[in-house]
Amino acid sequence: MSFITANWNPLGDAFYRKTELHMCWNLRDSGLRDSLVAAAHYGGPIALLREPQRRSPSSRPQLEIYLASGISITSFPWKSGPVVHIGWTVTDELLCVQEDGSVLIYNLFGSFKRHFSMGQEVVQSQVLEAKVFHSPYGTGVAIVTGSSRFTLATNIDDLKLRRLPEVPGLHGKPSSWLVLTQDRQTKVILSNGPEMFVLDNTSCTPVCPPGLSPQYGSVVHMCVSFSYKYLSLFTDTGHLWTGSSNLQDKLSIVDTKKKTTPNQMVWCCRPQSQQLSVVLMWDRLLLVAGICGDTIQFPVDDPCVLVGELDGVRIINSTNQDLLQEVPLVCQDIFKIASMAPGALLLEAHREYEKSSQKADEYLREIKEQSMLGEAVRQCVEAAAHEYDANTQKSLLRAASFGKCFLVDFSPDQFVTMCRELRVLNTVRDGAVGLPLTHTQFKQLTLQVLIDRLVYRQFYPLAIEICRYLKIPDYQGVSRVLKHWASCKVQQKDLSDEAIARAVCVKVGDAPGVSYSDIAAKAYECGRTELAIKLLDFEARSGEQVPLLLKMKRSQLALSKAVESGDTDLVYTVVTYLKNELNRGDFFMMLRNQPVAQSLYRQFCKLQEQETLKDLYNQDDDHQELANYYITASYREKRLETRLSVLQKAVDEFNKAKNEFAAKATEEEMRLLRFQRKLDDEKGAGLLGLSLQETMEVLLSLGLHKHTEQLYRDFRLPDKRYWWLKLKSMAEKHEWEELEKFSKSKKSPIGYLAFVDVCMKSNNKSEARKYVSKVTPEQKVRAHMVIGDLEGAADAAIERRNDSEMGALISSGKSSVKRSSNFIR
Amino acid sequence: MAHSARRDSPKLPDFSLLKRLAKDQLVYLLEQLPGKKDLFIEADLMSPLDRIANVSTLKQHEVDKLYKVEYKPIVSTSDQLCFLIRPRIKTVKWICDVANADKAAGRFRRYKIIFTPQKFYACESVLEEQGLFGDVTTDEWSFYLLPLDDDIISMELPEFFRDNFLAGDQRWVRTAGSTLHLLHSIYGPFSKIYGIGRCSKMVYESWREQVEEEETKARQAEIGNVFLIDRDVDFVTPLCSQVVYEGLVDDIFKIKCGCVGFGTDATSDKNVKVMLNSQDKVFNEIRNEHFSNVFGFLSQKARNLQTAYDKRRGMDIKQMKTFVSEELKGLKQEHRLLSLHISASETIMKKKTKQDFQEMLKTEHSLLEGFEIRECISFIEEHIIRLVSMIESLRLLCLLSITENGLLPKDYRSLKALFLQSYGVEHLLTFANLKQLGLLVEQQPGETLTAMESKVGKLVNDKTAGKLTDAFSSLAKKSNFRALSRKLNLVPKSDEEYNLRVPRDMAYIFSGAYIPLSCKLIEQVLERGGWTGLEEVTRLLNGHEFSVTGNNGADLRANNDAPRIVVVMFLGGCTFSEISALRFLGKEKGYKFIVVTTAITNSSRLLEALLENHMRPVNT
Repeated sequence: MSFITANWNPLGDAFYRKTELHMCWNLRDSGLRDSLVAAAHYGGPIALLREPQRRSPSSRPQLEIYLASGISITSFPWKSGPVVHIGWTVTDELLCVQEDGSVLIYNLFGSFKRHFSMGQEVVQSQVLEAKVFHSPYGTGVAIVTGSSRFTLATNIDDLKLRRLPEVPGLHGKPSSWLVLTQDRQTKVILSNGPEMFVLDNTSCTPVCPPGLSPQYGSVVHMCVSFSYKYLSLFTDTGHLWTGSSNLQDKLSIVDTKKKTTPNQMVWCCRPQSQQLSVVLMWDRLLLVAGICGDTIQFPVDDPCVLVGELDGVRIINSTNQDLLQEVPLVCQDIFKIASMAPGALLLEAHREYEKSSQKADEYLREIKEQSMLGEAVRQCVEAAAHEYDANTQKSLLRAASFGKCFLVDFSPDQFVTMCRELRVLNTVRDGAVGLPLTHTQFKQLTLQVLIDRLVYRQFYPLAIEICRYLKIPDYQGVSRVLKHWASCKVQQKDLSDEAIARAVCVKVGDAPGVSYSDIAAKAYECGRTELAIKLLDFEARSGEQVPLLLKMKRSQLALSKAVESGDTDLVYTVVTYLKNELNRGDFFMMLRNQPVAQSLYRQFCKLQEQETLKDLYNQDDDHQELANYYITASYREKRLETRLSVLQKAVDEFNKAKNEFAAKATEEEMRLLRFQRKLDDEKGAGLLGLSLQETMEVLLSLGLHKHTEQLYRDFRLPDKRYWWLKLKSMAEKHEWEELEKFSKSKKSPIGYLAFVDVCMKSNNKSEARKYVSKVTPEQKVRAHMVIGDLEGAADAAIERRNDSEMGALISSGKSSVKRSSNFIR
Repeated sequence: MAHSARRDSPKLPDFSLLKRLAKDQLVYLLEQLPGKKDLFIEADLMSPLDRIANVSTLKQHEVDKLYKVEYKPIVSTSDQLCFLIRPRIKTVKWICDVANADKAAGRFRRYKIIFTPQKFYACESVLEEQGLFGDVTTDEWSFYLLPLDDDIISMELPEFFRDNFLAGDQRWVRTAGSTLHLLHSIYGPFSKIYGIGRCSKMVYESWREQVEEEETKARQAEIGNVFLIDRDVDFVTPLCSQVVYEGLVDDIFKIKCGCVGFGTDATSDKNVKVMLNSQDKVFNEIRNEHFSNVFGFLSQKARNLQTAYDKRRGMDIKQMKTFVSEELKGLKQEHRLLSLHISASETIMKKKTKQDFQEMLKTEHSLLEGFEIRECISFIEEHIIRLVSMIESLRLLCLLSITENGLLPKDYRSLKALFLQSYGVEHLLTFANLKQLGLLVEQQPGETLTAMESKVGKLVNDKTAGKLTDAFSSLAKKSNFRALSRKLNLVPKSDEEYNLRVPRDMAYIFSGAYIPLSCKLIEQVLERGGWTGLEEVTRLLNGHEFSVTGNNGADLRANNDAPRIVVVMFLGGCTFSEISALRFLGKEKGYKFIVVTTAITNSSRLLEALLENHMRPVNT
């Protein structure tokens, strides 16, 4: 137990400890001294730009990128302009701010992503200093230019440049400055000689930190805590002022007794810190200054870099890496010498138990007497989280597990979760992965982001394992990883399209939530159209394929996929797109091969563009439809001549379509129309537009028998129709004599029952009776019934000996018939 | 005389939930446009809307005035206009006109279009074209299903038939898929799905896709089986004259959205609107009866009623009191209904017992039997020449063509010529439409295909015959009615007397002359649990049959009714006669059928949908 506290240093009433983290690099000679260094928070990657001031083409600065464990990822000569500052974004991208104000963005693997500029005027005035900062809005960049103006962008992914107001009396760069985010506003705090200012979007306010009287000298260095809550200022008299970052409260003033400006100054605190401190670094000394006034001194032989973290400071030098942090309270409770905290007792109890000593029982009893066993277990579990060494973690967890046995109704969740999380953390802390995250950082970062970070580093199998191990739903876990993997895979230039497509398909399969069209879109972005098309084939939902296919100008394919999807809206989208993209001929040709799309377009044209419809039929040589189109069109024409000419077109098309019947019918219609017009002109008969039958009816009712005859002959009407017409018209006009004459003119083609019927319709029973005798034997019964002569009907039926007719008679329900039929039987 | 239901008859799921869902969503959508607003409703949405939310509900949600969409300039003074419409380009264009007119007049209003059951891109593109995309907000009211009765649910989309089968416009397929999905998510999971027809298959696939997109939960199924059928699988049935009471009422008075206006002929009062459903006790007992039984039943009922009234004679005061409080109201109600149906029946009698109608039925039956075809043709000729009724003439022509597998070229021409002379040359377009659907076609010269086929079928094995048929079917859409009728025994032997009072099969709905093909297919498939053994039949129907066993977590308990609840979805409409036939089948076999249809149809609706709309008004 004693060795755990060996590296503990008291500071006020707290302890600080330095834990060695895995580091495998060994930077030669110049190392960190002559380089621009950027090490990302949360155990992020480290970038070095060696000798950035070199300008000549023969010897260029070298940009090197390492994992936090010192494993080199990439290294390449810097060929762009002189770099002022480098920094990492929250998504592990490297920002290189150049002297001319342009910012280049590289990914972890050193491939160039994009660039943006901090403003045109900067090209002239040059960037003097730059800082990369993080805020709830993302990663931002701030610069100060040669003309002493500050410009900042709060989120590089949504670039909005803000030029801050001028600082009075500032020439060149300020003695020190920093960016902080407060109340959703990004501000710059700067010192210039004895003066201090706060710069925001609209104003530049001189400030004076409380308790920092002029006698302490001017501020030459400053830093802000990880959470932007605290600010520390270092003056040229060697005093360190600490206070709240809004400059309202002072925490303390400590005299460091060092007059030189420190190389770096970083806050070292943790959530629920007991003793806040600031770490200052000079060439040979590392000083931890607590706000209580105590200090701890560490000698340093090598140049090193401080990285402020959420719960400590990482100290990186050319050979190793340490984590300096305040010892968490729970660890203090357990490991402090002679601690009587329940957790400490439980740990001891377990140790005795392992040794098979009865003392275990004594310790346990002691805890139980205070009913603190639950608390003891919780302490052990929590302490395990804060320990970096796996063996310590194990002994703490074993103790917790041991204590748990004596508890009833104790939820195992916390214990189980902790075991799982620590397992994951120990894995990612491994040198090969190089993410030295503490448990506190991990909780802040969230698992989602951790997986993202693994994915950025292309540790796909590990990420998937972790997702499965922690049982994250596929949508948020495995699928996301696979999606990223696939998007990365499609960029591999050395593999053939075929091989990549196959590999992607095998791995991704039908994982839920992975859209092949997204992957394909990525492939297309990288200029691999063929691959994109191959990948799209795996997309189960054809609808998803369409937008990309259109983008890739594979309109034909897009159209057939849209049709396949069964979503007519999609088909319609493609059709509208094609209509604007292609020339008419090609467009129609394409539709021709897609009946579904074609009928959809036709429907649209019928409502919106009649003319296009005609062209469409023309293109297809669809004479039948074309003719139908003209027929329809003829009804829209008001003038007879145009109507006739449209109909003539219909006739021509019908002929082309070899539909002689329709051609003839249309020709006859034209003839009829001309006839009607003539008669309308002559007699004002109002015939135009009537059907042939209607025309003749009107003619007959007007008594124009000659014209009726003419139509009858001209249009070769069937006799049946003619007879019906005459019959009806005569009956309507009560021309009974004429009718009788007509009936005798020749044998009626429609039989004589019709005569009976029409007479009855005009309620002329006596006329009707005249024709009953002429009716054919089969219709006799009916004829008798029509005139209401049931006796006659019965007689006729008996004569014909037809049972069904008898039946019909009986069912007509007349008692007289019944009687007679009974009589017959 | 109503058939006594089997005692183990399963209970139907509660479909009033569908109405509640639709209502809640509509209310939500109206609330999205806070403040007073005028609501414009598309004419054919009026009745369905009325069944979901009445005027007072609308008023509660700040609907000020209600208007019907009439494609005219509007007179509203409200600052907010809400349009409840079907996704039709014509209507959207009209709304654009309204908005543009306001703009020109410098008037500012808010416009919101609620499309039901869904919006189409084509409609939105009209808004875009007119530059109103930003000014008009759009929404969807997913009102897919309107329960018309306990066992009838309608999508109320009559245009489905023409759009899908004639114009080849498949936009409604997805709608139908969503409809099925809605049913599935509330009353499923389905354990068995059968279907026949191209559209059915596409609807099934669209539904499948939608199901796959979401996670499935194990639920207690309320509906076990689903049968999807395209209207073009069976055109014969809807083209036959209906003789079952409900069908007759629809043919004569036109039932609209489960509601009928008995014209002045039927009742003494002027145009009474009556809801026709199972709530109407009298109607419920006669709706499925052959018309010849209806009068007998009604008069029996009247006598019973009289007896019930007569009871009050000789009652003391106390008895009288209970009689008045307990029975009288019911009797009065029954009295009212009875007199309503009696007068309706009288109207029907007047129309349908005329000699002409008897002749027409005789012709229909001959056509179905394939008997005395020449006589039938001359009957039709006369029918056309005498201008009896255009739609009826077309109906007979189509029936002739389907049952005979096309007309002889000579007949085809002469009948068409007769028709054109009677009703005008514009019907060339009607004939083109009918031909496209295979409703009225010309026989391929030489021989009748069926004859040829049966010969070939005897000579070679089925497979080659199938190929041959495929080759033929590319020449013309054929109905193969005769062959189907033989295979499935659709036309009972005519020499036996058919007792319409005690029907023995579904043929009773057509006076014992014909078992509806659609219903026979359903019966056979349910009996066999699939299409096995019906290969020949499906071949004659041009295939596209399927039968799928669902495995999505159906929680089947032993005493669950679900396997005997069958949803039959008619794509393109179904007739009341078919519903009656299915009810009969259900009683015989212990099933309960729920009919889901794109719309209720009958012969005249079916044929009117195939006329070109610019034509002169139909003179019936």
